[in-house]
Amino acid sequence: MAALINVPAKARRGDTIEIRTLTSHIMETGFRHTMDGVLVPRDIITSFTCRYNGTEIFRADLFPAIAANPYLSFFTVAKESGKFEFEWIGDNGYSSTASATITVE
Amino acid sequence: MPTTRREFLGLAGSVTVFPIVTLRPVEATPTILNAAIRNVVGEAAIRTGKVKLDIPPLVENGNTVPMTVSVASPMTADDYVKSIHVFNEKNPQPNIGNFYMNPSSGRAQVSTRIRLADTQKVVAIARLSDDSFWQVAADVVVTLAACTEEMN
Repeated sequence: MAALINVPAKARRGDTIEIRTLTSHIMETGFRHTMDGVLVPRDIITSFTCRYNGTEIFRADLFPAIAANPYLSFFTVAKESGKFEFEWIGDNGYSSTASATITVE
Repeated sequence: MPTTRREFLGLAGSVTVFPIVTLRPVEATPTILNAAIRNVVGEAAIRTGKVKLDIPPLVENGNTVPMTVSVASPMTADDYVKSIHVFNEKNPQPNIGNFYMNPSSGRAQVSTRIRLADTQKVVAIARLSDDSFWQVAADVVVTLAACTEEMN
């Protein structure tokens, strides 16, 4: 699934940088009914992880109260050039990944 | 003992008691929200402060409400925020999200967009590296609710 990642391309060593992520997902709450009164089953992303050169730097547990197309913004200290890997895991075996690179000077 | 009308009224007036009933608005935390918080916090005491919750006080559409939680913390190896937990009062489920960080986060702040099914209170709790808990609550008025509407 499509994801939008916003990581600064360059940073100075020791800078605190903001990472913003947006992924497309319906985030069906499991509390809604169709017009016929049938409960729409839950289909949400339950977990998000961000790794920086293999080390986990941020993790989130998501619940139905997170809006559709989950947006997350968080911070990290730029330590070394490398790769951020993002992973979203959800109901019905949902899994999606994305990555971004950073140059640290 | 002649009881005249005048005497009777005078007596009645002097003994009239004005009952004073004070109705204090009780900040009642609904049990379901309380249970969800205790699930994370355990028996630990929760203090108010340190945490800042940025959320609009009035939202037109509860389907997507921007929210930022930040914690006043130096984010050093021996004094940092371990996690931030956000709860609501009146959605079908009390949890909103749990966010885990570490000293390398640099800043204890997280933003996301949430759903609110009703006008209600949102509570953010931070767990610090010394395992103390700090909280803040914000009231949000929602004019169009999320979650429970019918699908077309």
